[in-house]
Amino acid sequence: MVQQTFEGEVLTEPVVVEREFETVDMNINIGPQHPVTHGVFRMVLTVDGEIVKDAIPYIGYMHRGGEKLSENLDYRGALGYQDRTDYLAAFNSEWVYVNAVERLAGIEIPERAEYVRLILAEFNRLLSHFMFMGAFGTDVGYFGTAFTWTFKERERIQDLFEAVCGDRIMYNYFRVGGLAWEPHETFIEDSHWVLDQVEVGISDVDELMTDNEVFVARCRDVGAMTADEAISYGVTGPMLRASGVPFDLRVDEPYSIYDRFHWEIPVGERGDVYDRYLVRLEEMRQSVTILRQALEQMPTSGPIEPERMPARLRPAPGEIYMRQENPRGEYGIYMVSDGTDKPWRVKMRSPCFHNLSSLKPQVINTYLADAVVALGSIDIVLCEVDR
Amino acid sequence: MVLSEFAGVSMPDWLDAILRIIFIVALMTIMAFALIYGERKILARFQARVGPTRTGPIGTLQSIADALKLITKEDVRPITADRWAFELAPYMAFVPVFLVFVPMPFTETWFIRDLNLGLLFVFAVLGLNIVGVVMAAWGSDNKYALLGGVRAAAQAISYEIPMLLIVVAVVMVAAGRLAVDGDASAAGSINSIVGDQTTTPYILLQPLGFFIFIIGMLAELHRPPFDMPIAESEVVGGYFVEYSGMRWGLFFLAEYTALFLLVVLASSLFLGGWNWPFGADVGLGLQIVLTLVKTTVMIVLVIGSRALFPRLRIDQLMSFSWKVLLPFAIVQVIANGIILSYGGADWVVGIVSFGLLVALGGLVYYIMRRKQGEGARTVQTTPATPRVITAPEVTPVEAGGD
Repeated sequence: MVQQTFEGEVLTEPVVVEREFETVDMNINIGPQHPVTHGVFRMVLTVDGEIVKDAIPYIGYMHRGGEKLSENLDYRGALGYQDRTDYLAAFNSEWVYVNAVERLAGIEIPERAEYVRLILAEFNRLLSHFMFMGAFGTDVGYFGTAFTWTFKERERIQDLFEAVCGDRIMYNYFRVGGLAWEPHETFIEDSHWVLDQVEVGISDVDELMTDNEVFVARCRDVGAMTADEAISYGVTGPMLRASGVPFDLRVDEPYSIYDRFHWEIPVGERGDVYDRYLVRLEEMRQSVTILRQALEQMPTSGPIEPERMPARLRPAPGEIYMRQENPRGEYGIYMVSDGTDKPWRVKMRSPCFHNLSSLKPQVINTYLADAVVALGSIDIVLCEVDR
Repeated sequence: MVLSEFAGVSMPDWLDAILRIIFIVALMTIMAFALIYGERKILARFQARVGPTRTGPIGTLQSIADALKLITKEDVRPITADRWAFELAPYMAFVPVFLVFVPMPFTETWFIRDLNLGLLFVFAVLGLNIVGVVMAAWGSDNKYALLGGVRAAAQAISYEIPMLLIVVAVVMVAAGRLAVDGDASAAGSINSIVGDQTTTPYILLQPLGFFIFIIGMLAELHRPPFDMPIAESEVVGGYFVEYSGMRWGLFFLAEYTALFLLVVLASSLFLGGWNWPFGADVGLGLQIVLTLVKTTVMIVLVIGSRALFPRLRIDQLMSFSWKVLLPFAIVQVIANGIILSYGGADWVVGIVSFGLLVALGGLVYYIMRRKQGEGARTVQTTPATPRVITAPEVTPVEAGGD
């Protein structure tokens, strides 16, 4: 075919211009107001269709200057603030703080108080993991079923906490040197009853989720992290154990009386979202085991605080880094005393902050839906990330 | 149903038509209300809740309260939205669904028109529904809505094909059976298909067909595990994220109406519709009861799937449709063709279809268990080896300063 241009030039064959079909990458805001962010977290995803090309997380919406606030109050006064960092595991956070102060000041606490603390902290681990199961189930797409089933169990544990300390979320029950007051009379029987219910609840969650084909399809091989990667990002807690590292501070840097019980550390194989779920599920069962033993061993009477406590707490100048295994990983308090009644420096090492830092490599080049699931599997508490 | 016969008076055609339209809209609105209330109650029972209790006796007026709220709500249109696409989309989603009502047989005599190609009409018109969804997605000028709309379009395209193929297989069986009476050409009419199931519901002849139809129905309705177009945790509601008030309500109404219609269709095609399987010619009252029972059972199935299944990923949904359902549907059509053209008996069709269903289930089970991995349930455990507690040394430092 002969074609002629406007200038009169004769072209013997048509010119074929090949053009690629252009697509535009799209930025999608996940958060700060989005059902999946579990708080105020913002993640800007650059997506090519459904594939995530880039992810930029933004944190800091909940920053309240918790470390500085703790420095401005005396050692006992800052206790109430610790509940507000990790509000899903408030007893655990309180425990780290009081342990840090006690070791800094050299205070020995009575055995019974130690047992009560451990029992409440392990119950809190159950509470937190139930929250994970519910929220994660919703992220994966259960329309509220996982949420309501787990909240039924959470309710029972919270009722127990309410009976012990009068509050359901912000307990403020541990004290430097012991406990605020005696737990109620039927504490041990109530705890056993709650444990019976909770065991049923755990197997309910197991039956609802673990073997569900759709659940497996969504979670297997999503957000996989090798052990080296996990360690290099400072990931701790169930996420690290899911990657195959049997690191649990309750064993590896024992504190309190964990050496008196026998339990096992669940470890994952592939480090993916499914393994994180399985590790948490098994951890709940192990927590129940610990709790049963602790409730059996716990002395029924005895003091809950030392005989003599200084009226004003002035630890000798020194520093301490106390770290414990919180439900989300290694929660640490670094504290420097200058000999006055206020800490000179308080630093909180929050596990979620480090776990969250590993999000980006997990979500890049996956599907948008996988990014949501990977974010859910970290089990973030934004109050703790931002402090 | 012919209204003039039903009311016992003669009336002009145009009045008859208007009355039928009013009848459709009224009945479907009531059905949608009942379904919304039923879904909330049943879902609540699945989820250890009680559902609505405050409006009316055991919450029965909840849907009316919701509707009043939706009607009185402000109708917001984003300033950057494409005006006409945005405003017309709900109607484009809503009208086709109501049109599908026409050939639906609720009892032997209750239907609007017995279309000779009723099944074709249903799928042709119901497929238009997606135009409204895509219009809403594009017109909203919202990224979540766009993603949701594109997902919905991809999903509708991939799931209507196996669904239609399986309906073709059903029509083949029906044609074979109707040819015995000498009228195979009526096999496209839903009424004839139901009428043929007086003793043998087609679920016995086409179990695979029933399974694929249910899957396709869930996908068509954006129900879990195929609800990624409206996935709350990913695209925050999907294509109707920018809608409010009654425009959103129209999407909602269309969704529930489609649920009811597809359930009636499934019950007509596979469960024998208004037939009592152990004896022909039951009265009108029993036919209504039978239709209601069969649809209710399937609605509970659908709602149960919402409570007990998470959501698939979009690529998994597509590959399940194209790589699993579609080949099985094609094999079913070919098998029916071969068996029926060689004059095979009905029970041969049923056994072949059942064999295919078992193969499909086995395949999915095998793939998923292989993906889940060996020993996934028993995470390897390291026995705790406690060491002696050693309090960390408190080292004095030069602290303080200012």
